[in-house]
Amino acid sequence: MTRRYVIVGNGPAGVAAAEAIRRHDTAGEIRIVGGEDTGFYSRPGLAYLLTGAIPEESLFSRPASDHDLAGIHRTVGTVREIDPQRHRIVLFDGQAMSYDRLLLAVGARAVRPAVPGIDLDGVVTLDNLDDARRILRLARRAKRACVVGGGITAIELAEGLAANGVETHYLMRGDRYWGSVLDPYESALVEGRLAEEGIRIHRGVELAGVIGRKGRVAAVETRDGSTLACDILAVAIGTQPRLELAHLAGLQTGRGIWADATFQTTDRDIFAAGDAAEVLDPETGKRGIDSLWSAALDHGRAAGEQMCGVGRPYRRPAPFNVTRIGGVTTTLIGAVGTGARDVDLVTLGRGDSNAWREHADAFAVVSDGEANHLRLVLGPDRLVGAVVMGDQALSRPLQHLIRERVDIRWARDRLSRGPIEVRKALQALIERTVPLGAA
Amino acid sequence: MDLLQRDRLKRRALVSAVIVAEAVRCVECGICTYNCPQGIDVRDHVLSGLPVSDAGCLTCGECVARCPRGTLRFEVSPLFRDRVGPGRPVR
Repeated sequence: MTRRYVIVGNGPAGVAAAEAIRRHDTAGEIRIVGGEDTGFYSRPGLAYLLTGAIPEESLFSRPASDHDLAGIHRTVGTVREIDPQRHRIVLFDGQAMSYDRLLLAVGARAVRPAVPGIDLDGVVTLDNLDDARRILRLARRAKRACVVGGGITAIELAEGLAANGVETHYLMRGDRYWGSVLDPYESALVEGRLAEEGIRIHRGVELAGVIGRKGRVAAVETRDGSTLACDILAVAIGTQPRLELAHLAGLQTGRGIWADATFQTTDRDIFAAGDAAEVLDPETGKRGIDSLWSAALDHGRAAGEQMCGVGRPYRRPAPFNVTRIGGVTTTLIGAVGTGARDVDLVTLGRGDSNAWREHADAFAVVSDGEANHLRLVLGPDRLVGAVVMGDQALSRPLQHLIRERVDIRWARDRLSRGPIEVRKALQALIERTVPLGAA
Repeated sequence: MDLLQRDRLKRRALVSAVIVAEAVRCVECGICTYNCPQGIDVRDHVLSGLPVSDAGCLTCGECVARCPRGTLRFEVSPLFRDRVGPGRPVR
């Protein structure tokens, strides 16, 4: 009998799942339901659309024709109802679809702070292409913008607005940028670059409300009672997994939709993957959320295989993300958390992983160049995390050392001897332990 | 590094290197393809896990330099490895 697969969500997890299913089940019926009327596009690429580095059409990495050829059917619509007993979903337009296996790859949405005026026209977040288009439209006639929040998205918004000639003010509640993941030197490096781009940084400032005129943003008000006139308020204080459908289906949820290492939820025929899923790591017994492009693709592929009845249980690798923050290419691998609380993010941001916050029983070694910076987090017998800013030559071997949990005890003394010795010691470690293909 | 040495490395890359990708870093933004002067769909090579082996590739490095996530790099092609020493990446 032909198996029917329905995937809700047209992001990286949903599309990777559809492609994986097709590889393993050439006859099955595959349907993707997504709320956006555009095809699949690169969400991290929205940052570069905002700065003008690419035109919109560049974001579409997989032509719709590829999916037509693979027999993957796409429906634009929003799910109104899930009936797990009858194995059926119903869309708002009344269309019903039956499934044998259902995947919820519904992603996460930006959280807005609960302050007066937050729903005024001109308050923006960056979740999807429509948001990016709206920001570009507003930026054409805006004079001044304020950005609140933290993590990668706050920087993307600030740089995008500044690149469009808008006078941009970044209001931080804390005293430095992304204090829970970056160390003080790294924060200062990013802040310095932002200042060079003309972005004005205000520290220790908390948003109290948004003042409107004729329904539009006219100014922001801060806790100390001062106001700053602006036409745009961009918000990036974190994201929240979309749980509505899981609740409709009666699935168990925590911060995300609970899934085990096979991506199965508490209903055996419903799976969850990507930013919406809170996936159990059988090794640690903990559940984790990653809001990362590469993790979403991994989730999707693995969930797709499991929906076909093949594949192995997922082992969460050390999270890995590369981004450009303040113009500096930055790779974050594994547990790099500083242990500090981040007051600018109320939840996990996009391009973020809760594993970075795990403060390992470890200490950090730092090596600074002018524009290049390396921070290693050493555990008792292995490297547990690394931050590589600027030159990326070391990031691939470091990823291998961290993900493969290579024993570094013999080199640990040299690695902890301070900034000058650390690069030499690391080179020796790489030459001795990293296979050529991974170096 | 002296200028002559830099020039030598550049020439070596031009004649003997191909552009390879580390797919896990790619977020499919398309900056590489958009900036390729030869109109090669570099991103498509990355997605399929293949080096940019297109005959039109000039190894000009535009995609390598512009990728915001350090996905692309030059690597000595196995075809030339014997002539330029052990297959070390050309950076």
